[in-house]
Amino acid sequence: MSQKRLILSVVLIFATLVVAACGSPQATTPAPQETEAPPEEESPPQEVVKTVIVTVEVPAPAGTPQVQIEVAQAPGFGETLAVVQERGNLICGVNGQLPGFSFLDSEGNYSGFDADFCRALAAAIFGDESKVEFRNTTTQERFTVLQTGEIDVLMRNTTWTLVRDTELGLNFTATTFYDGQGIMVPVDSGITTLADLEGGTICVQKGTTTELNLADVMATEGINYTPAVFEDVNATYGAYAEGRCDAATSDKSQLSSVAKGLLPDPENHVILDITLSKEPLGPVVRHGDDQWFDIVKWVIFATIAAEEYGVSSANVDDMLATSENPEIRRLLGAEGELGLKLGLANEWAYNVIKLVGNYAEIYARNLGEDTPTYIPRGLNSLYTDGGVLYSPPFR
Amino acid sequence: MNKSLPLRGIQGVQFWRDERFQRLLGQLIFLALLAVLLGYLGRNMLANLSQQGLGLGFDFLPLTAGFDIGEHLIPYSRSSSFLRALMVGLLNTTQVAGLGIFLATILGVILGVARLSTNFLVQQIARLYIEFLRNIPLLVLLYFLFSGVFIKLPRVKEAIILPGPVLLTNRGVAFPWGIPTETFSLYLRILGVAALLAIAIYAGLLWYTHCTGRGPLAWLWSFLAFLVIAALGWITLPNPPLAWEIPSLQGLRISGGRQFSPEFMALLSGLVIYTSAFIADVVRAGIQAVSRGQVEAAKSLGLTTIQTLRLVVFPQALRVIVPPLTSQYLNLTKNSSLAVAIGYPELFHVSGTILNQSGRAVEVITLVMAFYLSISLLTSAFMNWYNRRVRLVER
Repeated sequence: MSQKRLILSVVLIFATLVVAACGSPQATTPAPQETEAPPEEESPPQEVVKTVIVTVEVPAPAGTPQVQIEVAQAPGFGETLAVVQERGNLICGVNGQLPGFSFLDSEGNYSGFDADFCRALAAAIFGDESKVEFRNTTTQERFTVLQTGEIDVLMRNTTWTLVRDTELGLNFTATTFYDGQGIMVPVDSGITTLADLEGGTICVQKGTTTELNLADVMATEGINYTPAVFEDVNATYGAYAEGRCDAATSDKSQLSSVAKGLLPDPENHVILDITLSKEPLGPVVRHGDDQWFDIVKWVIFATIAAEEYGVSSANVDDMLATSENPEIRRLLGAEGELGLKLGLANEWAYNVIKLVGNYAEIYARNLGEDTPTYIPRGLNSLYTDGGVLYSPPFR
Repeated sequence: MNKSLPLRGIQGVQFWRDERFQRLLGQLIFLALLAVLLGYLGRNMLANLSQQGLGLGFDFLPLTAGFDIGEHLIPYSRSSSFLRALMVGLLNTTQVAGLGIFLATILGVILGVARLSTNFLVQQIARLYIEFLRNIPLLVLLYFLFSGVFIKLPRVKEAIILPGPVLLTNRGVAFPWGIPTETFSLYLRILGVAALLAIAIYAGLLWYTHCTGRGPLAWLWSFLAFLVIAALGWITLPNPPLAWEIPSLQGLRISGGRQFSPEFMALLSGLVIYTSAFIADVVRAGIQAVSRGQVEAAKSLGLTTIQTLRLVVFPQALRVIVPPLTSQYLNLTKNSSLAVAIGYPELFHVSGTILNQSGRAVEVITLVMAFYLSISLLTSAFMNWYNRRVRLVER
């Protein structure tokens, strides 16, 4: 009898396990549904559910006929927004260790440039900038957590490259910060050029484009060096501060933020006037949901356009009431239905500017002259001021 | 009469009431459910991967890695393949695990014997060491050794120079090291001949003992023969096969000799210190398993303490020690993956970078698991073989 009971209980346990596993399908990647009715002009776009079918040609071994496999991509159009709205908050993957970009301050709040763009996105979706759940990610896990839908958007000083844009199944939206890789050395080391680093050790963070750029540049210049590769920001610059390396390399923004925020003696370190690479940093989303891709892109453009038109959190109400400029009226939702086309409320950009601010305000708050993490705007100025920030028209 | 009845052997009893059938059925159901569960999980993974437009395959392994690795035992540069990078990591793991096992065994045996010493001070020091180290997490110990000890060593300019010379700096520890010259391969052949001759002498002496009953020390004579030939070879070669290279300070860097990075030193010493505490307890248990009467009998025969340990206690203790010792060796090997926290480029650390640069999480993790599994299986196969040799042979 006890034998039977044992078998029965084992069977029951397994059945429960299997049922439990079946019962929790990934919320963000349900199977795409087909709709028979063609999208109507009047209906709001967010109700349209499309199936995105991509035909992939698979190179077949010689002798066999070419096979075509149909792969349905996930998440489907509009699904990310639906999931975010249903959940009631936005899950934003950030660095969390980088003062000025995203950093958990002493009161337990996230502050920084990236964190503010997370808030801007939440403001556009919910009209409430506080509906963000920040999730710290490491350089290593950042793409995986995005691919698996654990986070909705990755707002984490991530460099836009072709491989990341294609092979990883991710889409880079718009660039929020134009950066370049630099090298930081102690002032008393006497190092001024790359050649001075011959035979030296360079601290670098693991799994970054920085690691690859460094290898590329040093191979091109024929300079021998030893990389000391560390897991995160604290370990990397901790080792550098202790003199483990002759130099540390990273994006200049990170070096500047770290030098001022994390090193005990910032005045003894200098960032060399060498730029190893282009590092356009910006938010990343999953392949497949073009609506979500558009939303993230245009929230960034809204902050840039607002700066260009002189709309700020201080004057946005006046602008909405009095402005005659049709571009501003369209941006703020007083004219046209730009918000609805993104699947958002028509005052989406108004909320972004009112609650978080335009690009200049976000920049000044986190990286401006009054902050400890000051970085000159340089390339990150409007195109009218000699920078490269340029928003497509709001029309 | 016949004990093994056929399944439906008992007349009048339906086969499903047969206990043996029920057992078999239970096993089959269990197996089937396991297969279903694994199949479900596997299918789920494949479906999710293809939904994200990601494939599964090892075709990325021959691609260019693009990053540099600080420490490599085989030639490696940024233009080497991902596979080569994995091999570099694997060799680094093997290096630290092999050295670690060797040193931890020596230290562990000494501590285990000291723990049972009749000298109060020695016994208490060993007890304190074992109790302290067994009860702190290895990761904490590694952090402490890295950021508290090895990286806090003086800068290169103020290097601590121990006799040898051994140089201690925060860039690593440098030892004098033999550099192979052009006669090195010839010398290796001489060593091979010497080893063959030593084995022949050993076998011959064993045979002599067998025939005459008189026992010259076979191992001692063969070892001496090996040494004499090795020394003669060294002297007679036109120039010595190894050139002694002494590390020296060259400005801000150390050149020459064999250099171990702070990460390697911290990992090695952490693993050795930690595992030796466990090995000490294993050794103590093994010694205590040999009954007191055996020791008393040996003493009454007039054997010295060393002789008692060597001839009576250890041979019997080994059969108790070897199985748990094997699992300590496996633990040490697997624990070496904690190096990821302090930046030593072993298998897991390198695989993390590969994962990040190639985006192939499932494949890379699978490979890493396979590598660790093979190392562990090889170690335990060797230890099982050794265990069969030393276990008590009953006549």
